[in-house]
Amino acid sequence: MPINYYIVLALALFSIGIVGVLTRRNAIIVFMCIELMLNSVNLLLVAFSKMQAAKNAAVTVAGTDGQLFVFFIMVVAAAEVSVGLAIIVMMYRNIHSVDINFLNRLKH
Amino acid sequence: MSITQILFWILTVAALFSAIMVVSSKNPVHSVLWLVATFFAISGHYILLNAQFLAIVNIIVYAGAIMVLFLFVIMLMNLNKSAEPIKNRWLQIVGIVSGGCLLLVLVAALRNTEVAKNIAEVNTGDAGLIKNLGKELFTTFVVPFEISSILFLSAMVGAVVIGKKD
Repeated sequence: MPINYYIVLALALFSIGIVGVLTRRNAIIVFMCIELMLNSVNLLLVAFSKMQAAKNAAVTVAGTDGQLFVFFIMVVAAAEVSVGLAIIVMMYRNIHSVDINFLNRLKH
Repeated sequence: MSITQILFWILTVAALFSAIMVVSSKNPVHSVLWLVATFFAISGHYILLNAQFLAIVNIIVYAGAIMVLFLFVIMLMNLNKSAEPIKNRWLQIVGIVSGGCLLLVLVAALRNTEVAKNIAEVNTGDAGLIKNLGKELFTTFVVPFEISSILFLSAMVGAVVIGKKD
């Protein structure tokens, strides 16, 4: 499968995530769109690692470091989601809404 | 058209459609469920690329743990009644146009590069097997692995401190 297809697919998913971040106001949906962007980058990293594995097929470990980077991105994303959802819960407790338009003052 | 290509196109259409539905559905619970569908499609892509470990980890961590966390938060806040009035139609149009411009520019810039002429091997290769990944993870990447455990601990402490009612 040509790497072009994977590049276009990952870019399309990333752009859909960008559109979601720009147009939605619900903080949870904005956060989910950020997760979508992270996943599109993961998909592109895996495709590139398989491209490296196809380019130098003699080395058995060619391309494994790209997939390990995806693994570490998943680790960081899990930690980020736990802290981010805690922040959203705190915001809901303080202003009784998750609309991000109420957050434009960076205080109260 | 071989079976691998047919599977590739089916998974691509499923991923793009469910990603669009994540952005466009009004109910946040529906958005979460469509995002789970997107993650399953991306896991299917991983299986197609023979990255079996990442496919399983993606299903367990993302579709299993993170999305359940999102659902818990949405249901705890009782947000599942689609209470988002459309205020500014122009803002949405501008957002869609700027996202489309980003897609256009990136695709046009990356379409004819040297790296884009290569082939990603599908359905074969042992770069994504657990044996090779585990060997590499516990020899070359063992220090980042241990640091990520500290990151998890600090994230857990941070979530508890932020979420605590004071």
